[in-house]
This record gives sequence, C-alpha cells and structure tokens, in this order.
Amino acid sequence: MPDIRLVNVSRHICRGLNLTIRDREIFVVVGTTGAGKTTLLNVISGVTDYEGSVLMDGRSVDRVPPRKRGVGCLFQGLALFPHLDVFSNIAFGLQAGGVERSVVEARVSSLMEMMRIQHLADRYPHTLSGGEQKRVALARSLAPSPQVLLLDEPTSSLDRQTAKYLRNELIQVLKGLGITTVFVTHDLREAEEIGDRIALMFNGNVEQISTPHDFFFNPVNERVSEFVGMPNIIECTRSRVLASGLVEVVSDDMKMVLPYDGNSIRRIAIPPDEIYLSDVRPPGPALNRFTGIVQEITSLQATVRVRVSVGGKSLLAEMPASAFNEISLEKGKEVYVVIKLRRLRYVES
Amino acid sequence: MEAVWGVFPVLVFLAIWEIVGRLHLFPGQSFFPTFSAVLREFYHLTANGVLGKNFLSSLTRVLIGLSSGSIAGIFMGVLMGWRHIIDKAFNPIISLFYPIPALGWLPLLMLWIGINELLPITIIFICSFFPVVYNTATGIRSVDRRYIQAAETLGASNMRILFKVVIPLALPNIFTGLRLEAGMSWRVLIAAEMVAIPTGIGALLMQAESLVRVDIIIVCLIVLSGMCFIFEKVFALAERRLAGRWSAHA
Repeated sequence: MPDIRLVNVSRHICRGLNLTIRDREIFVVVGTTGAGKTTLLNVISGVTDYEGSVLMDGRSVDRVPPRKRGVGCLFQGLALFPHLDVFSNIAFGLQAGGVERSVVEARVSSLMEMMRIQHLADRYPHTLSGGEQKRVALARSLAPSPQVLLLDEPTSSLDRQTAKYLRNELIQVLKGLGITTVFVTHDLREAEEIGDRIALMFNGNVEQISTPHDFFFNPVNERVSEFVGMPNIIECTRSRVLASGLVEVVSDDMKMVLPYDGNSIRRIAIPPDEIYLSDVRPPGPALNRFTGIVQEITSLQATVRVRVSVGGKSLLAEMPASAFNEISLEKGKEVYVVIKLRRLRYVES
Repeated sequence: MEAVWGVFPVLVFLAIWEIVGRLHLFPGQSFFPTFSAVLREFYHLTANGVLGKNFLSSLTRVLIGLSSGSIAGIFMGVLMGWRHIIDKAFNPIISLFYPIPALGWLPLLMLWIGINELLPITIIFICSFFPVVYNTATGIRSVDRRYIQAAETLGASNMRILFKVVIPLALPNIFTGLRLEAGMSWRVLIAAEMVAIPTGIGALLMQAESLVRVDIIIVCLIVLSGMCFIFEKVFALAERRLAGRWSAHA
C-alpha cells in the first residue's frame, strides 16, 4: 500500500497544502464545514483539478486519471448508481476492470457477506435505509481492491445508534484490510476511535497532525484547543491501583477513582462537557464529586461555559444552555462538581 | 373501480352524441352524424380496405420518420451533452432550427424533394429530430457529476461511463422527448398529407371534406386520436420498463 504525499497543493479553499499520509495508516481528517476536507479527498482521488503535486509511493500521480490511481472512494452523498441494483453497484468496478464473471460473482458475494448485506443483492439503492446504503457504498469502493481508501463522512446523517454500529464495523474492516485510509469526519470522538493519526483542517490549512492522544494533551495552538474542546489537564501528584482496572489518583486536594487498566496515571484530560454541575447535592455516593466556587460564566450560542475553582484548581465545564437555565448558578456561588468517566484521557507515568 | 370512473364519462359523451344526432337539432343530418352512423362508416371503410390502405401509408411514414429522426436525435444529443466542444459547435445551429415548426419546412421541402414518399418522412424526421436532440442533450448534461466521479474512481473508461452510467441515467429525459414526439409526429403527418400528399389518413380527410362526408372525417379523427394515444403509451410503457424502477429516485 502506498504512502501519499501532498506537496504545495492548491484547490478552492486549500492553499499550498503539504502533508504526508503513511503507508497503511488510518489518517483521519477533522475540521468544521468548509475547512477543505472533501477538497483534500477530491485532490487525492484526482476527480478535481489542482495545482501542486500528489505523490503515491514517491511517484507523482498528477497526470494519472482517477480510474488508474487505485483509489477507492466513499463519497459523502454516496453516489450509488440509482439504476443498478446492489449487486451491480458493487460489481461495477470489477466489471470495468474486465474481471471474469465468475470472479466478479465470488468477490461481490464475499464483500456482501463481509458487510452483511447479502439479503439486499436485488434491491435498488432508493429502497435501502441510510445504514444499508453506506454499507453498499463501502463494499462498492472496496470491490476493485484499491490501494488507498478515501471515506468522506461515512457515518454522517445516520442516527447515533446506527452510526456507532457502522463505526465499529468500519474499524474492524479497515484494520483487517491494512489499507492506507483517509477518513474525513467532523466528529472528533469518531476520529479518536478510528484514527492512527488525526489532522485538523481549518480554512484550507492543516493546523495540527498528531496522534489522537497528542490532540488533547498537546494542542499546538488556541484553534486546535478550541476545536478539541479546551480540555482540563490535571497533573496527578499521586496514583495507585486499587483493584484491577481501577486507579485512585490524587491531584492537590482532589482525589478521584478512575477506570484504568495500566499501573499509574501522570496526567488526566477532562473534556468540559464531561463535568457535571449542580446547585443541589446529587444523589448517590460522593465518588468523584467535589464542591467548587463559580468563578466565571460565559454564554455561547447553544452552550454555557462555567469556570469553577475546585481544591485550588480551575476547571472549565460546558453544558447546554437549556440545562444551565434549569439550575441557578452565579459568580461566587458554591456548586457541586461531578467528573463523568466516559471520555477521560490519561497519560501513564 | 377507478377504471369504471375513467370509462363512465366517455360512455356519457357517446350517449349524448347519439341522442343529439338523433334529435336532428342541426340542419342537415349529414353534418352531424350519430355515433352509430360513424361506427357503421368505420366498419364500411375497414371492410372495403380504404381505411386500412391509407392507415398503412401513414403508419409506415411515421415509423420510418420517427425512428430515423429519434435515432439521429439521440445520437446527436448524446454527443452534444457528453462533449462540451461538440455542444459549443452545434448548439447555435440547433437553437436556430429548433423553433421552426416542422410544417414550416413543407414549402421548401416540396421544392427540394418533390411530392413523393420522402416528403412526409422528412417532415416527421425534422419534427422529431430537434426536440429529441434537445431533450437528450439536456438529459445527458443533467446527470449528477457525482455518479460520473464515482464511476471514474471505480476504474471505468469514458465509454463505459457513457453507456453504463450517463445514458441510462438520462433515459427519463430522453423518453420525455420521444413520448412527446411520438404523438406530435402523427399530428404533423396528417397536416402534411392534407396539404401535399395524395395518400394517407390526412389525404382521406381532405377527400371526405370535399365530398361533405362528415362521418368519414370523424372516423379519420378517431383513428388519428387513437394512434397518438397508442404511440405515446408505447413510449411511456418502454420508459417504465427501462427506468420505471428507479427514475423517480435518481
């Protein structure tokens, strides 16, 4: 599988873009709408003109037409051929490559089995659900055994449950294939789950390329930090394993019990939306529950950010405006702070 | 039940026609024959072969003119829709000739071709060619670019993309042109036959007019109406078979 290098590429919003995607890695591109993510995929696949150069395995493919680049694409709108049934959609690339009929049938059948869509072979795209359509589109893009796979928001416009289900399947399929993959999404959580490395695009430029871990602990600038959600980074002064999979960490006056499989934790990143605030004592045990003083309240469009001092630390919490309106918070007031455990990230000692 | 509601008004219309004809409300019974008299004349014209002979002449002209005009129109429309340079070259000419009514060519063609079988066929060719070019080119051009890009990345050659993706997706547009022209070709033919050709349903109409045979005129009109209807339905059926499963969702 090739590595991909973009050298000084310009197209639409992208100006002088440089980046390298490593062989067999799952490279996730995140960014807001209009950041240039889809343009990046179009440049790599060759379906659009561009300035600059794209190299695959060190060889320029600028003059190579899309059909010869060995790139499989899952377009954002999927672009399943509406006049072909599921089988013919998946077989299209193989037939275009002049593959023998019996081989086409065998390959399509195995792909349908892998994506668990055998029962849909005779159906037309408009009769399928969103999740089924995505599976068919993915099978179609994989059918000609591409060297590079480009996926443009494959889980968007699906309900949360279906998206999660498809995401898990995608991770399995991609890891199994060991294919160089560029995966575009605007969902950072998804990027974290799926990517070997993440690139954040903003206004056509790449702001940061790093491992998911470094995105949270070492954002290179304010923009990345803002996109990541300005996590609260807590340095741990002490940490000990309580039981298998459970660690107690101490940071100044804060003591927390966290699910963790390693030995000890040096640092914790807590996303602001993982901090729950309440003006009344929450029910249940006092585990990971603290009292703090409200320092600052900032109203954004749909959310409200509240800075709270807890045990000598300043934590940033973010909550939906509707949730904020249901509690009574004001500067200087005491508040209960609960750390949720779902999306914490750790640095091991 | 729906079919009954569709047939019912027709039956009422025919009944009123028959009654009004029998009441002799119009001066001179031959100017307003009853429905039964028209049916009798229909049978008579069919039995003596006059209607069949003229109908076959007209049908042959329509089939040759429409099929050659449509095939040429589709070919030209595909080229113009697929290749921008061809569109650029031919669009001004097509735009110039497209608005001219097919019958407007009649005097010129009478002088160039003469009064023979080629004249009505040429008129029908012109009548079908330009609209089919226009609809086909529009259909090809309006195929969503994403489907073409998808086919490109799947390794398809230009020809494969054209024949396996673009033309099939343009079928609804192409058939719209064909369906409209299928009926229109009969209307144009009848007009041409009335003016310049001595055989065919149009010519039979003119002979009936000169003999003040309103019943024959009505028989010819019914045949014309029936053929327009049947031709349009045939193309609608073909469209449904080829693109009906998916065209509404493309």
